[in-house]
Amino acid sequence: MAENPGVAVDEGVRSELQKQGVYLTTWDGLVNWGRSNSIWPMQFGLACCAIEMIASAASRFDIARFGSEIFRASPRQADLMIVAGTVTKKMAPQVVRLYNQMPEPKYVISMGACATSGGPFHKGYNVLKGVDRYIPVDVYIAGCPPTPQSLLDGLVRLQEQLRTRSLPAEVAKKMGEYTIPAYGPRGLEPKANPEVWNPSMAATPANLTNPAAGPA
Amino acid sequence: MLPPVEEIKTHLEGLLPGVALTVEGGAIIVPPGQLLSVCRTLKDSERFRLDYLSNLAAADYPPERIEVVYHLCSMAQKHGPVTLKVKLPRENTAVASVVPVWRGAEFQEREAYDLYGVKFEGHPDLRRILMWDEFEGYPMRKDYKHEDQDA
Repeated sequence: MAENPGVAVDEGVRSELQKQGVYLTTWDGLVNWGRSNSIWPMQFGLACCAIEMIASAASRFDIARFGSEIFRASPRQADLMIVAGTVTKKMAPQVVRLYNQMPEPKYVISMGACATSGGPFHKGYNVLKGVDRYIPVDVYIAGCPPTPQSLLDGLVRLQEQLRTRSLPAEVAKKMGEYTIPAYGPRGLEPKANPEVWNPSMAATPANLTNPAAGPA
Repeated sequence: MLPPVEEIKTHLEGLLPGVALTVEGGAIIVPPGQLLSVCRTLKDSERFRLDYLSNLAAADYPPERIEVVYHLCSMAQKHGPVTLKVKLPRENTAVASVVPVWRGAEFQEREAYDLYGVKFEGHPDLRRILMWDEFEGYPMRKDYKHEDQDA
């Protein structure tokens, strides 16, 4: 087991024990190892980013190397929502509803400029300026669309986040159901869910992944 | 093969006495009141047989007019497109629906209605197609002010 943050055992002793078939780890370490390497994404795409997501799943990039090859067609069986593409105002209530239907613990990757901020449609009348207005996003990926390498990098960042979480805290945390926005005369109502939406946290250079710039 | 657009115009005026058409660029400008008879003639006449409406779109030219543009092709005679335009006022924008002539116009007219507010009279089911039913206004009109999502 590569990650063993909580066990203060001398490396030499641990190595000797391993030769005898005894492995030392923490419960958190074991569970997080399993969880982070078996993230099942939900099989749904919204625009051209979905094409890159499909390429990530195919043989050339092979998301199976990271344990996430099982794209589930039902939100009930998915851990991870990859918001791959433009979230229009008309689609946003359905995206929130799908998120609500996922079992916990659940994670969200905002893939590409559109899902993160509205992207090239930022000044339009019909596109949501970031899916993080209604659902909590764990990892933002820059790009238009991001390459499969970017998506895989985002997935690895998510795995790194998961490995630092403690199991009791994770079990105690309940995301609950988020309010599904309603169609109004000019846009969605409310314009954002204040439980989730934190403009100061959204898509800053610090939490954007960018493989071109190298690991942060 | 189709003749030049001036010749189509002259031919049409011969078939439809009392109809005054003009040519602008490659397009024939049709008076809104005569649109249906022009369309029916273009579809039914042996000479043109324009049996396929390949495109119907609106364009906004503030402050005074909205144009609806029709591109017609012939599957039977393998020619086209012929471009028709009607010029409509921005206030009370209404024109006859061409759904009775080309069934394929139904969704395209709904889109022009949804985004530009062109009312197609005689359309079988004129309601919004892209925006939701509760939406107000016509967002592709150039004077449409979209909401500020950050406000």
